[in-house]
Amino acid sequence: MRTWLRQHREALARALGRLGAQRMATLLNALVIGVALSLPAGGYLLLSGLQGVAQRVSYEPQVSVFLKAGAAQADLEARMRRDPRVAGLRFVSRDEALAELRVTEELADVVAQLERNPLPDAFVVRSADAAPAALEALAEALRALPGVARVQVDSAWAQRLAALVRTGRLALGALAVLLATGLVAVTFNTIRLQILTQREEIEVSRLLGASDGFVRRPLLYLGFLQGLAGGALGLAILAGALAVLNVGVRELAQTYGSSFSLPFLPWDDALSVVGFSGFLGWLGSAMSVSRHLR
Amino acid sequence: MISFSAVSKRYPGGLEALRGVSFTIEAGELVFVTGPSGAGKSTLLKLIPAIERPTAGSVVVNGQNVGALKRGAIPYLRRNLGLVFQDHKLLYDRSVFDNVMLPLSFGTLAPRDAARRTRAALDKVGLLERERANPIQLSGGEQQRLAIARAVVNRPAVLVADEPTANLDEDSAWRIVDILLSFHQVGVTLVVATHDQALVARHGRRVLQLAAGRLAGA
Ligand SMILES: Nc1ncnc2c1ncn2[C@@H]1O[C@H](COP(=O)(O)OP(=O)(O)O)[C@@H](O)[C@H]1O
Ligand SMILES: [Mg+2]
Repeated sequence: MRTWLRQHREALARALGRLGAQRMATLLNALVIGVALSLPAGGYLLLSGLQGVAQRVSYEPQVSVFLKAGAAQADLEARMRRDPRVAGLRFVSRDEALAELRVTEELADVVAQLERNPLPDAFVVRSADAAPAALEALAEALRALPGVARVQVDSAWAQRLAALVRTGRLALGALAVLLATGLVAVTFNTIRLQILTQREEIEVSRLLGASDGFVRRPLLYLGFLQGLAGGALGLAILAGALAVLNVGVRELAQTYGSSFSLPFLPWDDALSVVGFSGFLGWLGSAMSVSRHLR
Repeated sequence: MISFSAVSKRYPGGLEALRGVSFTIEAGELVFVTGPSGAGKSTLLKLIPAIERPTAGSVVVNGQNVGALKRGAIPYLRRNLGLVFQDHKLLYDRSVFDNVMLPLSFGTLAPRDAARRTRAALDKVGLLERERANPIQLSGGEQQRLAIARAVVNRPAVLVADEPTANLDEDSAWRIVDILLSFHQVGVTLVVATHDQALVARHGRRVLQLAAGRLAGA
């Protein structure tokens, strides 16, 4: 156990020594990995932000039913209440609707100039089932009722946003897999070059009794450390980009009276990004070592 | 200690470098392997640390059948042998000191003990005051002595040296021979390949005479 620890400590020290001796190459490699990582991580942040917006918006599965002038309101209400898909409903008279518009600052002038109320009476119907298909089906049924002029599914845009976020996630997943492969390839090549530069040292060490483990361990650490450094750099790039982006987001949010801004990754996710990057570096160097050190 | 029986070695490409070679070397012996260039001296020496494997016959070192050794066991075999290569195989990206210390880094020696042993080995070959130099700055004789220091730093019971006096002037060559003999005197088994007949004649020890891969005077 102590020997094992010592071997690893020494391998780590030798790997760190290598990295230190080739500072510029180390930095550039870490930068390549960092940039590659910051792309999917940044996309993930944006999507999480969007999702936050989508969830904050009322997700009430509501349908607005506008009535024809002179429709039989009580009869309609009774029929709708009999439908088991209707969880509840509320009548909004045309006068109430106009009154609501009147208190909206921007529209007060417009409303004042109206000669007569152009708005129809309406029901706001809450669906028992929130699924988009169920909402559509309910809207279709309500449209067929006598006295109904128009039916509008209110949460359609929120649903669409949610679908967009889901699609974005898939695309992001594909991008992440692609870039992870790239990261493994970058490390594979770094270690290949490292083996080439150390060719003589490796050959002589083996002739004099170095074990396979002794030769391999520092190379594996090298890939792992490079991955870690790349991961940390990726997070730094992300934090910088986010700070810049949030200046604009905050301005935009303020025009909607909101103090919304995109949050950084939670610390455990950030740690996972760095750890995963280290793992990919290790994987790339393990593949390279088994390929290039017979 | 070292025993070859009916050993043949055919390199890929068909050339038979050794043919049916048998001999035994006892602990503490000093043996010269001689013969013209291409006779198979280096090949014979490389079979001892399993750098090459025999195509027929068996090579036994310290009771181990080296030809059949598993890959994982080879490093331990090599750490217990002192090897001086015909082309030195020094590393020019580090100091004389670090070259000698290299074999100690594979084992479990504490760094302080490793440094002490490294200095002791450099002292034995008279290179202690050059420990900070780069091997490239050393003369041919000094490089050869450096290679010997690296070979003995693990205190092996067997020292195998391939053409240690090749390309050296007479003084440097004698100095190398003196160093090798000093190890022999403290009981190290010595196997030295050379095509220098004068050297063999002067020291009149046991000689394995190779010609075209066959042993003449075993
Ligand atoms: N790695 C190798 N591959 C193919 N042929 C080799 C190899 N090493 C040596 N030989 C051949 O084997 C023969 C013996 O070589 P070697 O053992 O180096 O002889 P010596 O050391 O006595 O000069 C030579 O003909 C040489 O060309
Ligand atoms: Mg030779």
